Amino acid sequence: MTATGQSLMQMANGTKCMIAAIDLSSESRERLFELGLLVGTTIEVVRYAPLGDPVEIKVRGYRLMIPRSEAERIFVVPPIVENKG
Amino acid sequence: MEEGKALTNIFYVALTGNPNCGKTTVFNALTGLHAKVGNYPGVTVERKEGKLKGTPPDKQIIILDLPGTYSFSPKSLDEQVARDVLFNRIKDIPRLSAVVVIVDAANLQRNLYYATEVIELGYPVIIGLNMMDVAAENGEIVNIEKLSRHLNVPVIPMVASKKEGITALRQAVIEQVSRPAKLIGVIPLFLNLPDYYKPEIENIAKLLRECGNAQVNPYSEAILTISDEKALGERGKNYPEAIYDAVHEARKRIESAGGDWKTDIIGARYEFISDINTDCVTQILNVQETFSDKLDRVLTHRIFGLIIFFLIMLLMFQSIFRLAKLPMDLIASGIGSVNSYVVENMPPGALTSLITDGVIAGVGAVIVFLPQILLLFLFLSLLEDTGYMSRAAFIMDRLMSKVGLHGKSFIPLLSSFACAVPGIMATRTIESNKDRLVTILIAPLMSCSARLPVYAVLISACIPDIKVFGFFKLQGLTLMGAYLFGIILALVMALIFKKTILKGEIPMLLMELPPYKRPTLWTIFRHLWDRFVIFMRQAGTIILGVNIILWFLMSYPKANVETRFNESRVEIINSTLGVSLTADKINDFIEQLKQNTKFTNGVETAETKLLSELKSIDKEEMSEWLSNSFAGRLGRTIEPIIKPLGFDWKIGIGILASFASRETFVSTMAVIYSVESDAQEGSLSTLANAFKEQKRSDGTKLFTPLTGLSLIVFYICALQCAATIVVVGRETRSWKWTTFQWIYLGILAWTLSFLVWNVGRCLGYN
Ligand SMILES: Nc1nc2c(ncn2[C@@H]2O[C@H](COP(=O)(O)OP(=O)(O)OP(=O)(O)O)[C@@H](O)[C@H]2O)c(=O)[nH]1
Ligand SMILES: [Mg+2]
Repeated sequence: MTATGQSLMQMANGTKCMIAAIDLSSESRERLFELGLLVGTTIEVVRYAPLGDPVEIKVRGYRLMIPRSEAERIFVVPPIVENKG
Repeated sequence: MEEGKALTNIFYVALTGNPNCGKTTVFNALTGLHAKVGNYPGVTVERKEGKLKGTPPDKQIIILDLPGTYSFSPKSLDEQVARDVLFNRIKDIPRLSAVVVIVDAANLQRNLYYATEVIELGYPVIIGLNMMDVAAENGEIVNIEKLSRHLNVPVIPMVASKKEGITALRQAVIEQVSRPAKLIGVIPLFLNLPDYYKPEIENIAKLLRECGNAQVNPYSEAILTISDEKALGERGKNYPEAIYDAVHEARKRIESAGGDWKTDIIGARYEFISDINTDCVTQILNVQETFSDKLDRVLTHRIFGLIIFFLIMLLMFQSIFRLAKLPMDLIASGIGSVNSYVVENMPPGALTSLITDGVIAGVGAVIVFLPQILLLFLFLSLLEDTGYMSRAAFIMDRLMSKVGLHGKSFIPLLSSFACAVPGIMATRTIESNKDRLVTILIAPLMSCSARLPVYAVLISACIPDIKVFGFFKLQGLTLMGAYLFGIILALVMALIFKKTILKGEIPMLLMELPPYKRPTLWTIFRHLWDRFVIFMRQAGTIILGVNIILWFLMSYPKANVETRFNESRVEIINSTLGVSLTADKINDFIEQLKQNTKFTNGVETAETKLLSELKSIDKEEMSEWLSNSFAGRLGRTIEPIIKPLGFDWKIGIGILASFASRETFVSTMAVIYSVESDAQEGSLSTLANAFKEQKRSDGTKLFTPLTGLSLIVFYICALQCAATIVVVGRETRSWKWTTFQWIYLGILAWTLSFLVWNVGRCLGYN
């Protein structure tokens, strides 16, 4: 636990959450940003690979796999429920 | 004047977009070519050119298919290509007249990230909004007009795999290049950045324009230099020092104003895109779980996922043996009848022998394996086209990371089962240079399709045809074992390389898992057809050539052993039949004896016994003759090196002959055994039988299971493939690494075969 939320790795399959912080090297951070994982983006943990690594997430309508070691350093908070009415 | 006019009528148009959005499918439809497509990111790794079909006669439009990329900040070699082409950095490509950005409608936001980057470059852009069918399946409707208005470029809805929208796209491209040439536009950016960015961008854009080498919209280039360390490069390298310094000062000012120049621009772009997305996409159906999701729940399930993965591999190798048997037998008997036809209709002599023993036996022996090879390609093509490839990478990533590589290396390795050449090309998608090199070094250990005939013939000759556990054929299991052994060896070598000469961090693996797609029959057929052509060409050129040379090397010099053997023939005839024959009449006598002797079942007369004794003298003569030929001498020269592995000098000839391509081993052995045997009985379906009949000098069988295993291990390891060596040379740009690879695999081959043979014998398996 940090001040900015829980690590993505602590999320169970199927949880939706919002990225609060990405604590990675600037190069990795940029790539995640480019792929649409920005601070404030809502993502869903889909499942872990059979051998436990990597983790599959759903972001902006597509699926991406992220290694455990990086997912550990992505911090998330519960999503803000949008009112789509 | 005229010349100048002719030149201006050639136009270059690039196809670009995210990986796996369908660029190559569009390219193929536009040009009528058959570049490789597949449902995983990173299929295309180099640029391809093709002429647009259906252009007016006065124009020629060249379409460029580029590898996919997520942004203008490339992380790997393949991604770099698109940026270099669009930034006009490649010398042999003139300025682009238009750019077609393919956008995956089912993955709009991330695709638009790159598309908006491209539009901002200022080229005339046409958007091909592809995969409209997938978007519809997901319950989404994209408003084309609105999207076009937001982006200020034409948008053409497409389903490239069904050729929908291709005509409209072609029309749009032709219209675009027909307009008077437009200089690169200085267009405003889409982005809504904080105010303190504006003067900085303005200033750098002005500098870029002043120094005159702005290839693209200066605003766009300005934000790229500000936000991307690599694009800016070292001081004075990519850009004049003045610009380098200006960018650094701008970054400092942005930082002190509270901005983050590395990510603000990305964030602003996604904000812009989110707005477009909300405005243009209507979710008409709330699809909770797509078909692809359901499939993934099983295929990447914690337990079933692994089981299915191994079942798929098992099925692949079992069926290669089972399903291919019938067509193989058919081809073999077809070749057999061609052979008998030639034998019956041509006068006996050197030419007939060259055609039957050298050409038909040799080339035929390889062609027989066509069904197995096509089956292998069918399987791999199914894995590639359905989208399972990325799942395999997902499942195997953990295992790969144990040896210091990651799942991305798995795709080139899996492709290497077909052929190491495309496998090695596919390593261009690997970000880290060291990991790429490791992957290249181990790729040949994956058993490619050229090894299939070698394994198959050795397995049918050496491994008993029995079933184990009631269902699995031992032969199929051995084949799978051969593949597995190669894989394990590759992983071990990867570990060794990563721990020693190629130490380095593993960069983050980020890979997309594209939705499953139903492969079209046509794509699969094309794929198999291409492989068929390649295979037949190989058989008709290299293998044919090597075999003809071999036939000469085996047939000459004609050692003068006939007199000696005739003496023993005369002796045996005279003593059995009590006649007094002389050596000059021997041939006629034997001919007559053959015609007059009746073979009655089971009854052995003096004549039949004599004939079989004469036959073994023939055999001895042939062997002696072969061992005195050039090839025989060569084989015997290297025999001391391979004897400790359990091989004789004839196998030695096979190994030497297959230095440039492994399947030549099979054809060489076929030529050897058929030169040696009576030409008339050289039927091909019996190649494995010919193997089985081979004896060592002490009279024991040559091809025991242990010899077979030792030879298979040799062929798993040794880098006997000229094409691979050439492509490794080209891809590593280093003759040092290329030689190193050849030598290390050679040493590995010898050592492991030595161990198999000797440990096996110590355990009493021979
Ligand atoms: N359902 C559907 N599938 C498509 C469509 N267009 C292409 N595909 C499939 O999408 C996959 C990717 O197509 P490619 O043409 O190889 O994609 P690419 O953009 O060249 O990919 P890279 O070279 O890896 O960047 C293939 O399986 C195609 O058959 C489409 O409009 N609808
Ligand atoms: Mg492609």
